[in-house]
Amino acid sequence: MPNSRRLEREAARRRKHRRGQAIAALSSVVILGGLAVLILTSPGWPEVKETFFNWEVFKDSFPDVLRAFWLDVKLFVTIEAAVLAVGLVIALVRIARSPAFFPLRLLAVVWVDLFRGIPTILLIFLIGFGVPALRLEGVPTDPIVLGAIALGLSYSAYVAEVYRAGVNSVHRGQRDAALAVGLTEAQAMRHVILPQAVRRVAPPLLNDFVALQKDVALISILGPLEAFREAQIIESQLFNFTPLVAAALLYLAVTIPTARIVDRMGGPEGAVR
Amino acid sequence: MSAPGAAVLEVRGVSKAFGERQVLRGIDLTVREHEAVALIGASGSGKSTLLRCIDLLEDVDDGDVFLDGETITDPAVDTVTVRRRLGLVFQAYNLFPHMTALENVVLGERRAHGKARAEAEERGRAMLARFGLAGREDDRPDNLSGGQQQRVAIARAFAGRPRAMLLDEVTSALDPELVGEVLGAVRDLKGEGMTMLIATHEMSFAREVANEVAFLHEGRIVEQAPPAQLLEAPQRPETRQFLSRLLEAGRA
Repeated sequence: MPNSRRLEREAARRRKHRRGQAIAALSSVVILGGLAVLILTSPGWPEVKETFFNWEVFKDSFPDVLRAFWLDVKLFVTIEAAVLAVGLVIALVRIARSPAFFPLRLLAVVWVDLFRGIPTILLIFLIGFGVPALRLEGVPTDPIVLGAIALGLSYSAYVAEVYRAGVNSVHRGQRDAALAVGLTEAQAMRHVILPQAVRRVAPPLLNDFVALQKDVALISILGPLEAFREAQIIESQLFNFTPLVAAALLYLAVTIPTARIVDRMGGPEGAVR
Repeated sequence: MSAPGAAVLEVRGVSKAFGERQVLRGIDLTVREHEAVALIGASGSGKSTLLRCIDLLEDVDDGDVFLDGETITDPAVDTVTVRRRLGLVFQAYNLFPHMTALENVVLGERRAHGKARAEAEERGRAMLARFGLAGREDDRPDNLSGGQQQRVAIARAFAGRPRAMLLDEVTSALDPELVGEVLGAVRDLKGEGMTMLIATHEMSFAREVANEVAFLHEGRIVEQAPPAQLLEAPQRPETRQFLSRLLEAGRA
């Protein structure tokens, strides 16, 4: 019987699969159930439930927090776009070998070292309060703009390094081949090296954007009424932390989908090509 | 025998070192119009370096390279316009993986030679078709076999209407059953009258296609002669030793 072995194998495979599912289900129940029991039976749970997960407070505060969150969305979309462009320029300046670029290259190195090396919250503080104190004509004093500039400086330094790593990861033979067909160095970068580099670093770039989407909340230290700050204000009025939980859920609503996109790009199937 | 054609490529006293390692030690070589010169020699003897120096991908330390009588190794010469007059095919194909076969062939036509898209694509399709790749225009390199990739690379180099083509061990990365199709493409180029300098390990192919064979040993060309003479009756002991080693390895 040539088929019996095959049927046996399939049955064994099915048994193994069912067993795996059963183990996964059981361990989930044990671990998650255990955690739930631990929290729900903790001595402070009734108070925590009242101050962090109060449905009435949630319903009342959510629309205000959501409205404030719109500022976060506008901020991170704008900053992301700027950071993508500025980071690329800094990376290209650092890569450029022409001696004419020497002063710019030096500037790019300083830019990356400086803005990547200072804690983001400190950079926001220094720029947010320091720049207006200069009382210069035509320099923005709006804390939203200054906060966005500070975050942009910090993230452009990271993103520049991501781009640079991508460019360096493209095999040298690609540049040789581009030059051999008669392209200039700049054309080789633009048509051959950068397209491959950007595809390769798309997952780490998006990863930085997940970080940026949350770090927008740091601008609140300068005063702008974004979601975290709005939630804090409501919290201090009601002595109830539920609005902060509402704000946390809103941040998750944008960071989780971004993270899923990163997963799919970095997956074994290599969705990026 | 017809009178020898004008020299298209001339290499005079070219030397090149990478750090302490002296790779080329005064190379003299001439490739005449419509002729093919096969460059043979052990791995690491400097064949690739010589081709890269000619295509100005490496700076020579000493000596000069002339293309149609012009000194292309003169620092004042624009390297980009020189490369547009030469075609280089790499051992590892070096196709652009993010582009289709057609885009690979068209890139240089459009960006280096300034052709309009429609014109460049029409020519690109014709180039792919002549190397047996009709129907594969929209395939990415990773969907093509090694032999197909190398033929795309040959079409890409040929599309720029080069004065001479430099082939760097174009079959060395291929599975044995794919070597023939690439050698066929090179044979076609020779039939077209393309002037070529061919670094190769395929002695029977060198014998068939090359007008002359040059043996490169320790950075020098120790012997150069028509294939029948150099391969059958080598004059120098280094050449004899190299050929007998190839024979033992079953490559000649």
